[in-house]
Amino acid sequence: MKEISIEADVRNLSTLLSFIADELDNAECTKKGQMRIAIAAEELFVNIASYAYKDRKGTCTVRVDACKEEAKAILTFIDEGEAYNLLEKQNPDVTLSAEDRPIGGLGIYIVKKSMDEVSYKREEGRNIVTIVYSWE
Amino acid sequence: MTINKTQNGNELRIALAGRLDTTTAPQLDEEIQALEGVEKLIFDFQELLYISSAGLRVLLAAQKKMNKQGSMVIQNVCDDIMEIFEVTGFIDILTIE
Repeated sequence: MKEISIEADVRNLSTLLSFIADELDNAECTKKGQMRIAIAAEELFVNIASYAYKDRKGTCTVRVDACKEEAKAILTFIDEGEAYNLLEKQNPDVTLSAEDRPIGGLGIYIVKKSMDEVSYKREEGRNIVTIVYSWE
Repeated sequence: MTINKTQNGNELRIALAGRLDTTTAPQLDEEIQALEGVEKLIFDFQELLYISSAGLRVLLAAQKKMNKQGSMVIQNVCDDIMEIFEVTGFIDILTIE
């Protein structure tokens, strides 16, 4: 298991994605799996960077536990910002036409649809989001 | 991300190469703001490797705009990106050739 702590700023997105890609490469994750996980990670990190700390600076810690034998990765995103449970957010209506579809709201929906498991807990003033993906 | 534009009368072809994500989507958004006189917008995704929801938002904005002034199609979408279109329901909003 490896961990990275970075300032929750969108300018750090590529640093985070490189870190995750290295861990997934080591575990021989498939290309499709890497893409799905990268997209989910981008959504979660950008949400934290944009909303968790309002106007303050803050940190985001990401843990990656990727296992070649189990063909599975567990990623945990931790921030100390405002309480926010992504699972409570209502899914966008994906049957709406372009005219009726509001722009935005898709990020968290994509995380929920593309990952095998998504869970949230609030502990000691921290938001902890865990995503799990198996690529076998 | 590289954006290659080719205009032929009122037809505009935009070829994207690289990644359409949170950091690069604003580049494309700028192009979408300048579509006056375009009646057919063609996106070529041959060299596009990755798209995240930031990219989908820009595509939706482009689709809404083109619905009023003409048409928009997306060509050469790779399997991974097609899957994202399916999961998000964008496959029904976008015209994919």
